[in-house]
Amino acid sequence: MALFEATNVHGGYGGMNILNGVNMSLEADEIGVIVGPNGAGKSTMLKAIFGLLRVSEGEICLRGESITNADPVELVKRKMAFVPQEKNIFPSLSVEENLEMGAFIRRDNFVHMLEQVYSFFPPLADKRRQPAGELSGGQRQMVAMGRALMTEPSLILLDEPTAGLSPLYMAEIFERIISINKAGVGVLMVEQHAKQALKIAHKGFVLVAGQNRFTDTGENLINNPEVAKAFLGG
Amino acid sequence: MNELVFFINNVVISGLTIGSIYALGAVGITLIFSILRFAHFAHADLMTLGAFFAFFLTSLFPAAGPAIGLPTAFVMLPLAMALTALSAVYIDKAFYKPLRSHGVKPIVIVMASLGVTLMLQGLIRMFMGTSARSMYIDDRKGIHRIELPFELANRPVVLTDPQILLILLLIVIVIALHLFLTRTRLGKAMRAMSDNPDLARVSGINTDTVVKVTWIIAGSLAAIAGTLLSLDVSLKPDLSFHLLLPIFAAAIVGGVGHPYGALAGGFVIGFAETLSVFNWAVILRPWRDYLWFDLPANMAFVSSEYKITVPFFILLAILVWRPTGLFKGKVL
Repeated sequence: MALFEATNVHGGYGGMNILNGVNMSLEADEIGVIVGPNGAGKSTMLKAIFGLLRVSEGEICLRGESITNADPVELVKRKMAFVPQEKNIFPSLSVEENLEMGAFIRRDNFVHMLEQVYSFFPPLADKRRQPAGELSGGQRQMVAMGRALMTEPSLILLDEPTAGLSPLYMAEIFERIISINKAGVGVLMVEQHAKQALKIAHKGFVLVAGQNRFTDTGENLINNPEVAKAFLGG
Repeated sequence: MNELVFFINNVVISGLTIGSIYALGAVGITLIFSILRFAHFAHADLMTLGAFFAFFLTSLFPAAGPAIGLPTAFVMLPLAMALTALSAVYIDKAFYKPLRSHGVKPIVIVMASLGVTLMLQGLIRMFMGTSARSMYIDDRKGIHRIELPFELANRPVVLTDPQILLILLLIVIVIALHLFLTRTRLGKAMRAMSDNPDLARVSGINTDTVVKVTWIIAGSLAAIAGTLLSLDVSLKPDLSFHLLLPIFAAAIVGGVGHPYGALAGGFVIGFAETLSVFNWAVILRPWRDYLWFDLPANMAFVSSEYKITVPFFILLAILVWRPTGLFKGKVL
């Protein structure tokens, strides 16, 4: 059974439909990357999956159970996590408090998870008492991803994790995403840096105008001349 | 030395007392604003309501206080706090939450809170009339006269029971609130929600619980302030009218969204009030022979009937020159 499956998802803000039938599926140990031009509905799709946007038609399933239009708190309990693109940290809380907030629903002892997050993101370990708002852009992204990992999710949704980061940091964040995935977390992310992201992707989804234009393995998409020409800058 | 005693009584003690009251109210306003993003105009009425509950309980069990040597209304305070907190939670559920879930603009909820103000005032008047009442039924206000150990000081420093209790309680509350906000799961969640409400929801923080806790804290603090103020002066149904402006001024001066700022703001407003109505002629009298002008009998900046203008002017000045307040809060 697929970890995650979205079938014919329609949805949007108010009366406007942005998603016009998106299909996706992801296995438990895979990285899925959503690419496409601006306004294609990439981030909208992530929000629709995480219950932040009404899905008007279609179905979204996690391990075969429908989670269409479920409340975000419910999804967190079902081991799903979401990292928004912007405003994805609590700036006045310390790094460690940010991580603790990720574990809000956990009543058990999650110290081992704190340590695991610090081992994923070593730069954070030295700054655990520092307000997250004082960190650099790349470190903030690490705090945001660390926060999402605290529930030990089976699927993590990342909205443009490298937006606004320098190429060096971008490579580092991609490295982390690979190691998070190797630790057994399914990753579904939206990326502007399509080429680099598809390189680490098991599956790629090219969205255009709220629909799948291409769906294939990351490697095949990169090697597909049509995709390369239209979406990967030749 | 008597001038110093006069200054201690009229500025230090009064300022501390009224400052503590304002601080307690302002902390509530600031907490509600950081979590729910609206200015809660009915907050001063929660204070009156709390005092009313304490009065009601005092008249039910008038002998409770004398039995342990504290004012009865103070002994009843925990119960009054619980009742006020409960009222605050239910007022939110009945009036503000439906508006929030419809996603209205904050100003609509502010207007609703004005409606709640009128409703609470009506209810309080309906049950206890319009006259001022003493919170002491079977007991009397304890007044302590402390003689200063100086030869020239032949007047005592005067402290009342409610003033002592208020200041001690405020210290306990500040420590407790600090520990709550920095050490507990819910307190951190409150700060998180104040920082970034959308992310709080995405993180799985139960925002309804956080909202409830906010009302419980704000309601309890309001009950403490209302009861102790009424114990020190008297319980009037229009108490809230005199408190509303200063507590908002205190919250804004401190920087909206900052609990510690609200505390500081409360004392700034409290001392500004007492200093501006203080009769400076008393202090200057020993030096009257050296002054180049005739010392008038009364030399206050503002006569005490116009005390309420002081927070108003501080509020205006802050809004014009430093809209984020002393502690860089949000702009209301």
